[in-house]
Amino acid sequence: MIARSVSRVLHGRRNFYLALLLAPPLLWLGTVYLASLFALLAQSFYAIDEFTARVVPELTLKTYRQLVGHPANVDIILRTLLMAIAVTLASAVIAFPIANYMARYAGPRMKALFYVGVMLPMWTSYLVKVYAWRLLLAKEGIVSWALTGLGLQGTLDRLLAVPVVGGPSLASSYIGMFIVFVYMWLPFMILPLAAALERVPQSLLQASADLGARPGQTFRNVVLPLALPGLAAGSIFTFSLTLGDYIIPSVVGAPGYFIGMMVYQQQGTAGNMPLAAAFSIVPILLIAIYLALARKMGAFDAL
Amino acid sequence: MSSTPAIELRDASRAFGPVVALDRVALTIAPGEFFALLGPSGSGKTTCLRLIAGFDHPDSGQVLLDGLDVTDVPPFERNVNTVFQDYALFPHMNVADNVAYGLRVRGIAAAERRKRALEMLDLVQLESFADRKSTQLSGGQKQRVALARALINQPKVLLLDEPLGALDLKLREEMQTELKSLQQRLGITFVFVTHDQGEALSMANRVAVFNAGRIEQLDTPRALYTRPKTAFVAGFVGSANVVEPELAARLTGRAQAFAIRPELIRILADGAVPAGYVSAEGVLENILYHGASSRCHVRTDGGAVFAVAQPESGGAATLPAPGTRVRVAWPQASAVPLE
Repeated sequence: MIARSVSRVLHGRRNFYLALLLAPPLLWLGTVYLASLFALLAQSFYAIDEFTARVVPELTLKTYRQLVGHPANVDIILRTLLMAIAVTLASAVIAFPIANYMARYAGPRMKALFYVGVMLPMWTSYLVKVYAWRLLLAKEGIVSWALTGLGLQGTLDRLLAVPVVGGPSLASSYIGMFIVFVYMWLPFMILPLAAALERVPQSLLQASADLGARPGQTFRNVVLPLALPGLAAGSIFTFSLTLGDYIIPSVVGAPGYFIGMMVYQQQGTAGNMPLAAAFSIVPILLIAIYLALARKMGAFDAL
Repeated sequence: MSSTPAIELRDASRAFGPVVALDRVALTIAPGEFFALLGPSGSGKTTCLRLIAGFDHPDSGQVLLDGLDVTDVPPFERNVNTVFQDYALFPHMNVADNVAYGLRVRGIAAAERRKRALEMLDLVQLESFADRKSTQLSGGQKQRVALARALINQPKVLLLDEPLGALDLKLREEMQTELKSLQQRLGITFVFVTHDQGEALSMANRVAVFNAGRIEQLDTPRALYTRPKTAFVAGFVGSANVVEPELAARLTGRAQAFAIRPELIRILADGAVPAGYVSAEGVLENILYHGASSRCHVRTDGGAVFAVAQPESGGAATLPAPGTRVRVAWPQASAVPLE
């Protein structure tokens, strides 16, 4: 009886009904996400008093001057940015054939197997995986053991001898860090890419071939442009996840700082909340620039 | 036929797992023909088209184009173009770029491409749509763009997969006329797949009727209609009363199945059967008014139902009421014996 009369009241009042449904998620999004983001943004326009180590609640650009004026800070930003770009490119190159196979060639059983296989690593603890990789990549680890067994010890040594990206072992070099990053974020590239490729009708590829395009031309002119939204979505994941991560750089790789580590350190041990906030604005800005570029290149035209 | 056939299938077979889609099909299509592959869904007609286009490979047998064996030649090296059932226009390109695609992959310069694409669009009366996005077109417009795109490479053969299937009735009739006149103007071979017998009869010079992976009959539209060889063709092309051998034996004295078209049957008011007519007695069950003609169903005493088409100009208005006992009759010579 009550359910019926409630239904009768709601029926025909579409906007009221919609507002009722949307209110909780909008409140959540507004307060928890956006409000805290703006609070963070506001923090970065404060500065710390050097003597008392207290935050002075006055609007100033002093923290930003400190951020971009310090060569060490600029290094950290550049290092993180380059790593994010490298990880994104490598993920795209590795993910494309896998996603293409999943979307176009695999039978139903094989496809299910691939989806589980891609997602399975995400079910285990992130920390366990990172520490496992440190052991795998260690000087006496299985990777270097296997390479030695294959007679590739010399190649590994030459790779590690490359300045900047090399190091005493894979586990303590940027190459190792790069490998772990790619491993971690690859599923986030494969899944949206496979979804985008699955939406490309087979008849478009046939039409391209029918009109005289060789397989390479069909890939460049039809598959790639139509997969761009998926590639863009995946690269937003890999790019932003690398920009923000602080655990992988502190467990694997060379001792140089990354943005995430700086945020962690500044708001924790150093107690410089405004600088931590300013550092966290950097990935937001970089992703905004990245999205603007992707849009300009037509990544979202086919949406 | 002295000239080389445009298309030839030699005993082409194709199976998908346990399902035999094409069973040793042999087919010869002459240059300049407007040829229809007609059949219900799953009869093998589309597989046949895919073999000609090169999207599929026969398990056995050969495909020849212009006398050359192209069985192992990929689609991008065949001088054949296709209009797809869903049109398959590239959603990320505008209309002109879609039409020019065949030239682009051949490395023709952009200005020349554009010029020729506009010429093709002119041919299908869509020149003013060149810079529209292909997703902004109506079904009929997409169809014309697909046609222009397929014709820009000047193929010797144009394949059309259910070209009118997605259009509404009026547009379909318009496009039938347009396709027919386009084919006559260009003089190239058109091969189209359809499940609509009316479409096949009105457009094609010759029709291959497919059933269960085989060609049941290959003939001109008129021959298919007036002299169907099998019960399947008689029933699929137009409508027909197929009389089984037992009933045929009782009516005519010969135990051979035959088909008789509804419009050739007369309903006799009085008992007199004209000379040379075969007749059967039964109950007039119902009358469906269709305007130009009315369709009646007469259940004979043996249980078989005859469909009879009575033209408006030929006494449809004076038919007896349903439930009346009547006599149906047709000239013996009009009955088509079936295999």
